[in-house]
Amino acid sequence: MPDTLRGIGVSPGLAAGPVARMSPPPSLPERRAVADPEREVAVAAGALRAAESRLRERAAAATGAARDVLDAQAMIAADPTLLDGVTARVKDGADAPHALRETFDEHRRTLEGLGGYLAERAADLDDIAHRAIAAALGVPMPGVPSPGHPFVLVADDLAPADTATLDPRSVLALVTERGGPTSHTAILARSLGLPAVVGCAGALDVADGETVTVDGTTGQVCAGVTEDEAARVRERAEAELARLAGGKGPGRTADGHPVDLMLNIGSAADLAGVDLTDVAGVGLFRTEFLFLDRHDAPDLEEQVAAYTEAFALFERGTIVVRTLDAGADKPLPFLGLPDEPNPALGVRGLRVARDRPEILATQLEAIAIAAERTAADVWVMAPMVSTRAEAGEFAARARDHGLATAGVMIEVPAAALRAARFLDVVDFLSIGTNDLSQYTLAADRQAGGLADLLDPWQPALLDLIGRCAAAGKASGRSVGVCGEAAADPLLAPVLAGLGITKLSMSPRALPAVRASLAEHTLADCERLAARALETDDAAEARAAVLTTT
Amino acid sequence: MSMRTVVIASRTGLHARPAALFVKAASEQGVPVRIRVGEGKAVPAASMLAVLSLGAGHGTEVTLEADGPGADDALDALAALLARDLDAEETSDA
Repeated sequence: MPDTLRGIGVSPGLAAGPVARMSPPPSLPERRAVADPEREVAVAAGALRAAESRLRERAAAATGAARDVLDAQAMIAADPTLLDGVTARVKDGADAPHALRETFDEHRRTLEGLGGYLAERAADLDDIAHRAIAAALGVPMPGVPSPGHPFVLVADDLAPADTATLDPRSVLALVTERGGPTSHTAILARSLGLPAVVGCAGALDVADGETVTVDGTTGQVCAGVTEDEAARVRERAEAELARLAGGKGPGRTADGHPVDLMLNIGSAADLAGVDLTDVAGVGLFRTEFLFLDRHDAPDLEEQVAAYTEAFALFERGTIVVRTLDAGADKPLPFLGLPDEPNPALGVRGLRVARDRPEILATQLEAIAIAAERTAADVWVMAPMVSTRAEAGEFAARARDHGLATAGVMIEVPAAALRAARFLDVVDFLSIGTNDLSQYTLAADRQAGGLADLLDPWQPALLDLIGRCAAAGKASGRSVGVCGEAAADPLLAPVLAGLGITKLSMSPRALPAVRASLAEHTLADCERLAARALETDDAAEARAAVLTTT
Repeated sequence: MSMRTVVIASRTGLHARPAALFVKAASEQGVPVRIRVGEGKAVPAASMLAVLSLGAGHGTEVTLEADGPGADDALDALAALLARDLDAEETSDA
């Protein structure tokens, strides 16, 4: 008789397979006296070698950017300056684990002190430190396990660093003991199209290798199932995938009301291998990738080449290009922006153009030239817009460069509240629900403990989305959603019911959203939207829609 | 002391993969090589942490230094490596 565990299903789908648990980071024991310093140095050196070799194994199994990151991490573990630092500390009386911890901390502080990109890399050092300390203590290394066969990953919770190299071909499903509907795990699972259950008490008690079944819709996890039962679940999972894949045609409700389904991409590479039949276009082309990790802004020619490459892949559809979304929260060295005490409320997005208008001018010119060279219908929009004047000025600049369709992101409540007046001066709106919820609920996106407030089902957020959509309807202009909310199949009919005409998401999320829309008429969608708006928090809104469906 | 000055050609600068390739090559030279940005402090080229800490981006001019026999050959090889766009080159699967 299998044991049934219950959690919150956050990413639909079925899976069955053996469990592999994530080991937690090691905790440092009390300091101990060192009798034999030479032996202690040898322990530390061996631990660094073990961390290096594990990272090399991971790199060999990874591809592309993840592989490069892991290779670089392995080289850090092999860095002779680390062993020098550890040796010096052991001579001063530290034991191997503490000598490692203190040496890594020193380098961490140095990188943090350099700011920008390097400060972000400082967190990577922690991963190497945890591995080396675990090896010195003789406990399992933390991180995503690689048992060598497909597995159901079970963890307390998953951090972005844990999942950067997660291979969707070897992970069958995600199950965490903690976390909520908007946790990193949930977002990641939806973007990878993996079934996921969070808040599942007792999941870590299931032994490694034991076969479980996971239902990402109901939140049910069954342990101790027989191979027959697992095989039946796999068959159902395949049938479900076939059903979603069989869903063809453009996005529309059961009664044929169109809702454009579009893709979020960061570069032309994101479209590789994606079936673009029935996809209306790119709803969010992030341009940051061109600007990261460099000391000077990319010049006109380089930008034209990159945009042309992306536009050429989508010659029969619309591509909505977002101009550079950087600032104190996503620092770029060449912008030379000062540190801000509250970067989320500081100089970011379009605000950067206040001091550096030439960066926006060059970018708009490059987009216009690339648009001219390809047949794609290129739209352009600005991030982080607060006032109608900002919106109007941006649209005027875009049109000066020959870009006919100019719009703005709605991420700030001030902009959402004045959406109707914005639509007098711009051609379309695209709602960035991740930032709009952060600013509406006054909850930092980085603060894990506030996940419930950042939930896209918060009725206040839905109110603002509805207000924007109504303004779009009245003016006959397009109002889309391109945040995390657009990838939630249960929320899609609610957004359509509020009057949203475009949903833009990662390619993996699209089939489920298409299937969900196709199951509801426009009148159903409107009824679901009304039910959601009558509630007082995100969990209630979700429950109201689930019970109505 | 031998020196070479070279401009970082890799698009992402001396980070991640380009840095890893450079540090690996530096540690395989027969002589210790140091690297600096402008008149900054020269750091061991075989140290990944030190090289990353230079924060050398695309287009940054760096100076390589080494002493003794073999210094010139080592510097020529490393300077040639930095002058290539290492990001544009495919990762070998070997």
